[in-house]
Amino acid sequence: MQLNKYDDIGESMYSATLQNGLRLRVIPKPGFSTAYAVFATNYGGAHRRFTVDGQTLDTPAGVAHFLEHKMFDLPDGENALNILSANGADPNAFTSSGVTCYYFECTEGFEENLRMLLHFVSTPYFTADTVQKEQGIIAQEIRMGEDDPNVSIYYDLLTMLYDHHPIRDRVAGTVESIAEITDKTLYDCHRVFYAPSNMVLCVEGDIDPERVLAIAEEELPKTLSPVPRADFGPEEGLLPVDSFRSREMAVSAPQFLIGAKFRPSEEGQALLRQRLVSQLALRMLVGSSSPFYARLYSQGLISHDFDYEADFTAGTATVIIGGESREPEKVLDELKAEAARVSEKGFDPELFRRSKRASLGARLRGLEDFESVCVSTVTGLFSGYCAFDAISLLGQVTKAECEQFVRETLSNERLAISIITPKRT
Amino acid sequence: MEITRTEIMPGVWLSHLRTDKFKSACLSLNLLSQLSRETASMNALIPFVLRRGATGYEDMEKISARLDELYGTAIEPVVRRIGEIQCVGFFASIPEGDFLPGKENVLRPACDLLGRLLLAPATRGGLLLPQYVDSEKEKLLDIIRSRINDKRSYSVTRCIEEMCCYEDFAVGRFGSETEAENINYKKLTRQYRSLLQSSPIEIFYCGRSSKKELVSCLRDVLSTLPRGEIDYDIGTDVRMNALEEKPRTVTEELDVTQGKLVIGYRLGECMEEAEPAPIFVFNCVFGGGTTSKLFMNVRERLQLCYYASSMVSLQKGLLLVASGIEFDKFEVARDEIFRQLDAIKQGDISDEELNSAKSCVASDLRAYMDSQGELEGFYLTRALEGLEYGPMELAELVEDVTKEDVMRIANSLACDMIYFLKGNGQTEEDEDAAE
Repeated sequence: MQLNKYDDIGESMYSATLQNGLRLRVIPKPGFSTAYAVFATNYGGAHRRFTVDGQTLDTPAGVAHFLEHKMFDLPDGENALNILSANGADPNAFTSSGVTCYYFECTEGFEENLRMLLHFVSTPYFTADTVQKEQGIIAQEIRMGEDDPNVSIYYDLLTMLYDHHPIRDRVAGTVESIAEITDKTLYDCHRVFYAPSNMVLCVEGDIDPERVLAIAEEELPKTLSPVPRADFGPEEGLLPVDSFRSREMAVSAPQFLIGAKFRPSEEGQALLRQRLVSQLALRMLVGSSSPFYARLYSQGLISHDFDYEADFTAGTATVIIGGESREPEKVLDELKAEAARVSEKGFDPELFRRSKRASLGARLRGLEDFESVCVSTVTGLFSGYCAFDAISLLGQVTKAECEQFVRETLSNERLAISIITPKRT
Repeated sequence: MEITRTEIMPGVWLSHLRTDKFKSACLSLNLLSQLSRETASMNALIPFVLRRGATGYEDMEKISARLDELYGTAIEPVVRRIGEIQCVGFFASIPEGDFLPGKENVLRPACDLLGRLLLAPATRGGLLLPQYVDSEKEKLLDIIRSRINDKRSYSVTRCIEEMCCYEDFAVGRFGSETEAENINYKKLTRQYRSLLQSSPIEIFYCGRSSKKELVSCLRDVLSTLPRGEIDYDIGTDVRMNALEEKPRTVTEELDVTQGKLVIGYRLGECMEEAEPAPIFVFNCVFGGGTTSKLFMNVRERLQLCYYASSMVSLQKGLLLVASGIEFDKFEVARDEIFRQLDAIKQGDISDEELNSAKSCVASDLRAYMDSQGELEGFYLTRALEGLEYGPMELAELVEDVTKEDVMRIANSLACDMIYFLKGNGQTEEDEDAAE
């Protein structure tokens, strides 16, 4: 395996690509008793229409998430989640718009757990009965999401920003869309998207990398399958479809999300740089040490929960800024004014210098969390870059790039706001 | 890793854990006091007000600029309730010099800022600034009111409130809306001064700096700490029995599409000599994870709910079962939860269930060693309880737990409260269901 060292951050990474196309990464952590492994496929809620072997297929909303629920069933009637838990591991899985990740954390029996992870994720087993049973469970989960203001406000925003891209739809689908899913849908999608060539295995811990490689070679299919190509539809325009939506729910105070979409860069180093630029620009524009934050916080317009991110998934890039506020529309007005000011006058050079230092410290802190390190390694690979390059690349980001990001992405007509207000009783 | 706990100043204790494992050090400072309705909101508000401005850093923008300069050092207010002890203060995360340009060590300037926030707040005429107090008070009220947004945690909190209605434990870590509304800057200044004088202080550090360096830093920055008579008479009152002979039932209606059933138990006589290892294992067998009886039966086999799990408060001697159910499944879900507990009481525990629970609890404890946040919480709790073991020792005790131990805990439980949150029939889904 190839070893890359990242001395500036005190990390290293082993990498290999197996014959079957699986990309493997091992991050050694001497002295840690916890080990973490994630087995991920480049397949999420948004991958509904895709081409493989020259054939194009359309699938209902919610298949990736449904598959995630059903993958734990094994042909012998056992459940992988229970086997891993019984073995002292803490297993789980999640599906986002862009990826599905299966993972576990453990302090003992790592090799056995890793074998089980690779085994169950590559062993599809579905019957009409189990699919039907799961439809009930997932319908409950979808209903629970309906009560959740965080979920509602998020999808309200995405459907305002995006005209047709499938990230508009809930990852779990709807009660109606999941009713269309059959065992055949699941087998088809598993065959296409769970081919090792479409997957990454990333392990972090005090683990022998050669053993990980050997186990992956033993447990997984040997053949190299074609990599599917997702079709997210024609390119989205840059303006939101709709710029204002408000609804009532059982919440204590108004919640809001302000968003804007922008075009992600080409995959690879350029995309990583764009991520760093957007994150740093947002930190300076609305982060807790920005003049904007200080002003709005002291006016009582925003609170501790105010947060921001630049989210990159399934070929989309979205700025999301939000929290709780008594006057969400005033926050939007202030944001528009601040973005206009920065577009014209630029960021304060001192703020830029300090923010880069702060960003370095925050990224160092992020390295403590195995899950976040492994998941960002996986999403980095699916986007053609190495997540560990972030800190050295951050040093090269210029103030002008950050200003350009604000100028291009956060102009008035690009912004949309989604609001939830307390239900009047 | 070696942990030491030393009194570095009167009533100020430092737990020091030296390790090279992490890239940031963690430092928390906690003022301890008895949780009570009268003072909980005020105490909770104090670190938030202090975080607004200090001598030399008069507003948040200046504090944030300083933190950015210190490579994104974070110093955040922290408010906890451990049993019936309220812990308020700051939690700092400080990047280690080994990974910073020029190996710059920012521990001392970070401690200096922490000390100023605690001891030298922005004041006028010796009083905390009214605009900071009022603004943070409004935000505190928002936090208290926002508990209703997350129905899962709201239903658990409501169950505790009803169950412990005559105990301090019913008071949330942020106190109540009524008490918070009555705070003003003069009252808060008085409470702040009294807290500084009388609270035992627990400091936790985990990182690369030596104890000597830490003690020297902390003694410098805390040199102006005004100490009076320290109130060591704080603790948690453990109630062994249910309040009434039969469990009380409380039903509440809100605009929700999914019901929440929460059942509260007293851990009972097993709390006389609290044995964390068997209690944790019991909890794991009952409802602690995906191999638990509640998960396997109530959720997976009978599909009575979307989630069903149990959690314990070892300090207060409580166990709570939380589940999300359809409204019409209330009786059947409740009875099934009782049935699963009865099964454990009667020893219906397979070797597989027991071993998987033991390895799950032990594994979680060993994993604490890799997380500063978990270590901080563990050792703070341990300091409050005066207990002598670390996570690794407790993990070993867990390995020795037997089926009889688990049965004994189950038989010691007393059900005290059944709380049910259901819909008020106002949502579209319910109308559909009624058609």
